[in-house]
Amino acid sequence: MMSVNSTMTNQAHPMWDRAAETMPRAEREALQLERLRAQVERARRVPFYRDILNHRELGPHSIRSLDDVRRLPFTTKDDMRRQHPLGLLAVPRKELARIHGSSGTTGKPTFVGYTANDLQTWSDLCARFLVAGGLRPEHTAQVAFGYGLFTGGFGLHYGIEKVGAAVIPVAAGNTRRQLEIMRDLDPEVLICTPSYALTIADTAREMGLEPRALPIRIGHFGGEPWTEDMRREIEEQLDIQAFNNYGLSEIIGPGVSGECQARTGMHIQEDHFLVECLDPETLEPVPEGEPGELVITALTREAMPMIRYRTRDIARLYRDPCPCGRTTMRMSRVTGRTDDMLIIRGVNVFPSQIEEALLRVEGTTPHYLIEVSRPGTLDEVHVKVEIHPEIFSDRMDRMQALCERISREIQTVAGIRAHVDLVEPRSIERFVGKAKRVLDKRGLTD
Amino acid sequence: MKLQQLSLFLENRPGRLEAPLSAIAAEGINILTLSLADTAQFGILRLIVRDWEKAKRVLEQAGWVVNLTEVVAVDVLDRPGGLAEALRILEDADLNIEYMYAFSLRRGDKAILIFRFEDPDRAIQVLTEKGLHVVDGEELMSFVP
Ligand SMILES: [Zn+2]
Repeated sequence: MMSVNSTMTNQAHPMWDRAAETMPRAEREALQLERLRAQVERARRVPFYRDILNHRELGPHSIRSLDDVRRLPFTTKDDMRRQHPLGLLAVPRKELARIHGSSGTTGKPTFVGYTANDLQTWSDLCARFLVAGGLRPEHTAQVAFGYGLFTGGFGLHYGIEKVGAAVIPVAAGNTRRQLEIMRDLDPEVLICTPSYALTIADTAREMGLEPRALPIRIGHFGGEPWTEDMRREIEEQLDIQAFNNYGLSEIIGPGVSGECQARTGMHIQEDHFLVECLDPETLEPVPEGEPGELVITALTREAMPMIRYRTRDIARLYRDPCPCGRTTMRMSRVTGRTDDMLIIRGVNVFPSQIEEALLRVEGTTPHYLIEVSRPGTLDEVHVKVEIHPEIFSDRMDRMQALCERISREIQTVAGIRAHVDLVEPRSIERFVGKAKRVLDKRGLTD
Repeated sequence: MKLQQLSLFLENRPGRLEAPLSAIAAEGINILTLSLADTAQFGILRLIVRDWEKAKRVLEQAGWVVNLTEVVAVDVLDRPGGLAEALRILEDADLNIEYMYAFSLRRGDKAILIFRFEDPDRAIQVLTEKGLHVVDGEELMSFVP
């Protein structure tokens, strides 16, 4: 690793893995093709893939060019659900080094397994975007991401360690404490969701601190959609440089792509991920630079060789050269979803999870509405539930207990705190056909 | 001896209290007393009316969720300690009060309190035994103009 590390200094554009990041395109494509074939071979160890591949008479031999990836089957969140808990493993269970999870469309999380090699790859990928966005071995970074099943905290944590910088694993929440630690330990780098960066600025002002005078100079933000306006606001309020990164637990976690100093899109770690941008209706590739659904094949994952995972994230891809010298393709911010998934304070939430929580409390469906807003810097969820005779009591304590119970079920199933608003009968709009269950008032796209 | 109380769910926003009251008034139903329990989000309006069956029908037809509960009206002396005495009797008998409110009219030196008990029948028995006057519906109506 020393040889890699040495490329970080005495260069106009420090890189964590210069060889991989600046590899000539043709060479990288050859590498991708080789890895894709190997991954198809590995996928045959997973019954789910083996059945489809056999049925379609597909194998490594069917992949003659990168375009042949389109002959391979897709993998969806539903497939993962059907393979719950670990049916997509390509290695014996004893080979696993870690298991993370992400929100499922119902109460159960979707589990993702990692081998020891996968974990090494993952921290290397995080190191790449962290270095591209200014992290140096002499820095200290404060991680205010959740640690746990969620991949954000641990992914960034090990990436920072890999770079050789110091980590303060404060984890999410308790903003005043975050600020006190920040003042005591002078970290130059902050890792969290973009909305939490604004909360930190707000809280600093509440504590009588000048946010621009805080020690942080660089922020690596991810885990939720944000806009260029928000970036300007964060940079202005905290006097830092803010970098965007992208990833998803189903594939590996953060580290799929991240911005360099040029900040003209996030460099995709193409030696590890083959990314397609497809029209979600026709499933045909969109012209370069046009928005489409990202479909990702994890080329090197050992534990779970995801083939053509439909991310449901809408973004654009760019192949034009970047001034930083990296030769990888770049992706835009995620500008939308092809499903109804919401990201609430960095937590992925499906409306179906809220529905499942409500179904556990008799009499609270079918008339409800999920309202998402951002009154200050943090997301707020109000679940409006229409009152009806079955759940109405003349006793205030019972009514409050009902609200608390609904809120508790939502916390259990979806992992978020929601305000429960009981509303009068027939006050939620009725729809013919599919009901509109979500009102998102945040305006998260440019 | 028990009274029928109507409870309504209301969202806590301006003007919400007026609508159900007007709906009842429009049908010529007298409201004997009302009480509102509320939080920042919602309120529970409790009503004792002259013709509760009609009022319930009117309100339900207008779209409100109405709940029917039996409550107990008790005479207490309208002087310091009058309420405390009644409460002590109830406490000694281990009777749970879910909530209570004062009736809007007084009768001479007596105030009337409306109690919602977990077990109204036992409450009536205890109160009567201890010499308190439980006011029934007819009596209550009789002194309301
Ligand atoms: Zn670049």
